[in-house]
Amino acid sequence: MASRSSPIRAAAPSRVRVLISTRKGLWTLVGDGTRRTWKLSSPTFLGHVVHHAVVDPRDGKTWLAAARTGHLGPTIFRSQDSGRTWKEAASPPAFTADSGRVVDHTFWLTPGHASQPGVWYAGTSPQGLFRTEDGGVTWHGIAGFNAHPDRKAWCGGDQDGTPDGPKLHSIIVDPRDPAHMYLSMSGGGTFESHDAGSDWHPLNEGVRADFYPDPYPVYGQDPHCVRMASNNPDRLYMQNHCGIYRLDRPGTRWTRIGDNMPKSVGDIGLPMVAHPHDPDTAWVFPMDGTDVWPRTSPGGKPAAYRTRDGGKSWKRQSEGMPRTQGWWTVKRQAMAADGFATAGVYFGTTSGEVWATRDEGRTWKRLAQHLPEIYAIETA
Amino acid sequence: MSVGQDSFRVAIPSQLRSYTKVPAVTVTVVATPPRLADVFAALEASYPGIRFRVIDETGRVRPHMQVFVGGRVQRDPAAILVPGDEVMIVGALSGG
Repeated sequence: MASRSSPIRAAAPSRVRVLISTRKGLWTLVGDGTRRTWKLSSPTFLGHVVHHAVVDPRDGKTWLAAARTGHLGPTIFRSQDSGRTWKEAASPPAFTADSGRVVDHTFWLTPGHASQPGVWYAGTSPQGLFRTEDGGVTWHGIAGFNAHPDRKAWCGGDQDGTPDGPKLHSIIVDPRDPAHMYLSMSGGGTFESHDAGSDWHPLNEGVRADFYPDPYPVYGQDPHCVRMASNNPDRLYMQNHCGIYRLDRPGTRWTRIGDNMPKSVGDIGLPMVAHPHDPDTAWVFPMDGTDVWPRTSPGGKPAAYRTRDGGKSWKRQSEGMPRTQGWWTVKRQAMAADGFATAGVYFGTTSGEVWATRDEGRTWKRLAQHLPEIYAIETA
Repeated sequence: MSVGQDSFRVAIPSQLRSYTKVPAVTVTVVATPPRLADVFAALEASYPGIRFRVIDETGRVRPHMQVFVGGRVQRDPAAILVPGDEVMIVGALSGG
């Protein structure tokens, strides 16, 4: 059982913004404090492949967007006025020239610790870890990872991994200690650092890798998304290629909480969402991982699943979603919660629809449709 | 358009006009002999950020970009340019 600190009951925000990163640009949904009325913005960066756009929680107005186009190389755009105007990074994430490696795209952005304004971390495809200390203007590789003597063994070849390239993602900074960090890789597994990234060690005990001869290797697993529980930074939730897991530190062995999912649905999926206040509550969005891995809603019946007891049990939540013929795919970054006391959860599909609940998953409503393929959802 | 001995006209594709605002620019190269990499360095000096969108960190032209010099494909940054050469940057056929 997780030790639970006093839940934060934030005052009801007057509005919520949902940043929608897509294969063809960035959109924003703005909802009022009731979360009943929504307005969809015009696109920003139309035609750009936007892998991730994130609002800085430390100032509420700085946005970073990781983008490239079909032709042009990867860059980071930065806004200091909540998305009204943007400026490109002076030196976006790039490997050293002598490494022989090339950043295809920046996949993941994580704001740094609350005590370090201006610090952000970026994870790239192929797997690389980068840091900025000036709010995203200049980025530097973290040699403790990028040049780690075991990095190549951890990651495998640059062409291994997901269909559009192997990725470093789920960069997590411990709110109690800016030097304590986690990162995950597809493929490669989950890793931990206690010295701000100078050194890393694998943290994959108990996590299956069905695609290897040894199903429990030290590293090489395929975590899809890892989230830290709110109000309990000793708890991590993981949606992996091979199931749903929970880890309670200082333990080092993950528990497959996906074993408690209905067998007819399974525990394969891409995103993982932690409740904004309750460390025992989390959501997943199961995908079909049978035979050729369709990665669509099992049986064409989309649903989120919520646990309120740290994964001991799961409840199907699909009220409002299509009952049949809903062959959705929700990518690993495309599901997020807001900060309301009664959490709202939002997800985007590869078919360009945004869905939301404002009652912790009891009922769902479509907020937008006809958008391009959705890569990431973030709230602010 | 008349260009100087160490000046080169560079045709800019639509994908990069957010940097230049115009479809062609002229850059001056002081290196002797002038090389394609020098043209991109001069472009970068005038339009910060533009080079990395076309040339990766190892110095190679990105896969879906094409560069012509004097009407011929040229992907070698060390290639020597001759006076009057026009550099054309093109977004290659790709996408969807």
